[in-house]
Amino acid sequence: MGRFKTALKYSDITPKADFLNRRQLMTGAAGMTVAGGIAGGLATPAAAALDAAKSKWSTTQEPTSYEDITSYNNFYEFGTGKGDPAQYAHALTTDPWSVEIGGLVNNPGNYALEDILKDMTLEERIYRFRCVEAWSMVVPWVGFQLSDLIAKADPQGNAKYVAFETLLRPEEMHGQKNGSFPWPYVEGLRLDEAMHPLTLMATGLYDEPLPNQNGAPLRLVVPWKYGFKSIKSIVKITLTEKEPPATWNLINAREYGFYSNVNPNVSHPRWSQASHRVIGSGLFASKEPTEMFNGYGDAVAGLYDGMDLSKYY
Amino acid sequence: MSVSQSVNAAARKLPAWPLYPILLFPGLWLFWTVLQNPGPNPVESLEHGLGEYALKLLVLGLLVTPLRDLGGVNLIKYRRAIGLMAFFYVCAHLLVYLVLDNQFWWDALIKDITKRPYIIVGVLAFLILIPLAVTSNNLSIRKLGPKRWRQIHYGAYLAVILGAAHFVMLKKTWQTEPLVYLAIALILVAYRIPKLIR
Repeated sequence: MGRFKTALKYSDITPKADFLNRRQLMTGAAGMTVAGGIAGGLATPAAAALDAAKSKWSTTQEPTSYEDITSYNNFYEFGTGKGDPAQYAHALTTDPWSVEIGGLVNNPGNYALEDILKDMTLEERIYRFRCVEAWSMVVPWVGFQLSDLIAKADPQGNAKYVAFETLLRPEEMHGQKNGSFPWPYVEGLRLDEAMHPLTLMATGLYDEPLPNQNGAPLRLVVPWKYGFKSIKSIVKITLTEKEPPATWNLINAREYGFYSNVNPNVSHPRWSQASHRVIGSGLFASKEPTEMFNGYGDAVAGLYDGMDLSKYY
Repeated sequence: MSVSQSVNAAARKLPAWPLYPILLFPGLWLFWTVLQNPGPNPVESLEHGLGEYALKLLVLGLLVTPLRDLGGVNLIKYRRAIGLMAFFYVCAHLLVYLVLDNQFWWDALIKDITKRPYIIVGVLAFLILIPLAVTSNNLSIRKLGPKRWRQIHYGAYLAVILGAAHFVMLKKTWQTEPLVYLAIALILVAYRIPKLIR
């Protein structure tokens, strides 16, 4: 597809300090990978529906069952109960799907999802997922790095944030008829967070296309932040100079900060974040202690150097 | 014979004691289902399920008087069983929270109980219900006298409101189901206010 320019002018879009910082992060991340003993070259014999390549960023932890990942969801567009998305999300039409990429980019446009995917490399990324409600899963996502997509869009030098928006289609997403919620759902990242290699745009899980209840056909996955940052069913990506709005932050800024990095030291006003329940672990399992940045600190802590994370929670 | 008359006639014949096993059954069934089919988050299923049974029974207990006043249906002899079983479900709910949810992780528990408003409200409701449960017997009524006994049991009004508020506060947004419970609780308590003032 010719609408994207392929040349990435990284120096144009990232402040030099952040750029250098990212290099350090990469080094740190490589260390983490070795420590984790992750085998990047092992291919599984099973036929892969999406043929996603393995990734050094994957955890070796045992993934949560497909059934649990696809039946215990927060996706208020389909209702507020954990089982509502699995029950109602089938009503959502995900094909055709297009994503409007705009704002401070040199290649704005409304791109068909299949055109976007043509240029992207799908990888399997097995990530820990930590919900702000103090539960966790391990999810074998399939997706591409958001950095690749942003590079194609070619950000302008003054772009500092990335804003995301979920589809607004109340006739298919019945939860959107609930007027007390400011639809459509929006989220945002700082550009350096968005460009981080851990930041994924997921199109599948368990080597299959994403089920609707998990945010089909395209969702964000930021494994070191609370799950609500990982916005689902994305139709719009906008590069901005100012910090974009984020839905839960708009609803209750005291409980949900813009950053919302997983942080056991900053309690949610209504529950502790020091530990979490592991989904699928059964009735008698203990909670697990929560790690800073959900255990991705080696890779991402540098993004927040010098920031007071109890203030910018 | 009107509906209320036939209900009253039936109530005269049917004893109250079978209500204890009958009201225990949904809790046992829930526990059994969660053991058989834990699902993604069995602790939450059990904890929330037991809490909701407690709230339902508290509301049911407060329905007895208006039913008699407004509908002529007298179910007063069943109220003790309903109230005690409500307290049983509150205890079971609390026990699941302490043992299965927090596994006696005392630091976290103490922080929860002292810092998290919805936990504080829930614990308050539990504390208020203790003297009610303890005095839910004929001996206590005799010893305390009807007036004093009734005063103690006004605590149920506060407990049901706190219980419903606990449910509302636990949700991240204003949600219909807990708000309906709170509305019902408030109506049932408001119904008593003119009598209390008199």
